[in-house]
Amino acid sequence: MSDHAVMMASRRGPLHGLSLPKGTDFSLSEAPHAARFILRGDGASVAAFGPAAPKPLQGSAAGTRTALWLGPYEFLLLAPEEDATTVEAGLKATLPAGTSSLVDISHRQIGLVLEGRLAARCLSAGCPLDLALAAFPVGMATRTIYLKTEIVLWRQAETRFHVEVWRSFAPYLVGHLADALAGTNGL
Amino acid sequence: MLLIRCPYCEMERPELEFRYGGEAHVARPLDPMATSDDEWADYLYFRSNPRGLHAERWRHINGCGRFFNAIRDTVSDKIVVTYKAGEARPATTGEIA
Ligand SMILES: [Zn+2]
Repeated sequence: MSDHAVMMASRRGPLHGLSLPKGTDFSLSEAPHAARFILRGDGASVAAFGPAAPKPLQGSAAGTRTALWLGPYEFLLLAPEEDATTVEAGLKATLPAGTSSLVDISHRQIGLVLEGRLAARCLSAGCPLDLALAAFPVGMATRTIYLKTEIVLWRQAETRFHVEVWRSFAPYLVGHLADALAGTNGL
Repeated sequence: MLLIRCPYCEMERPELEFRYGGEAHVARPLDPMATSDDEWADYLYFRSNPRGLHAERWRHINGCGRFFNAIRDTVSDKIVVTYKAGEARPATTGEIA
């Protein structure tokens, strides 16, 4: 076994040992490990990554790669973990020097997948945005907060959200989401 | 909850996503070495602190991350208008409550 394989086999995420809600009304799971980059620059720069430049407050996907709009000139790029090197090399070759930056943040945060009828309700326990489908439609993505932690929230379907959270805040977020689920008892 | 319209996100967002950034349109003297102590102190420490409409900086820190400006009535706490950083202060009529 190579050193790399040993490292992967023993890797423990911040949710290790926590029990996550796994019901049909609400399930919470960690998204697969990913390569993550913050791209600061013009929307046109996203093209070299794959997806079209996302519109404000939107996500844009092509195959296994996703770009989320975080702000003007700021994008979160998500790709399978094994693509990290090729993503970086591809963008480095095309980014205009001096007016853009690319930072690898793969290990700064983790992805969570929230699924089920009660997903929006559990998120609403700590996120002050209006998560009704009309106000936060499928495809919308934004940086926001959940209680005291910053998150990136992306609605992939009516009852499915992808959440990015800084890894040391993840147990805090997951604990409060589980509490929120307990609070929906009977709904 | 107070809703603040972010001119970059172009939507109203909850106040919890924002941070206050002090009075807007306070220009740093272009040549500090040529500025008298009084003028420098005025730039550093003295603000208009009006009763009524106040142009101030806000940052959508837990959103798009951008600084922008808002005109807020310091009596009613109502935000009359928000606009992008770098834009001139829009004309507003006084509406002291
Ligand atoms: Zn904004």
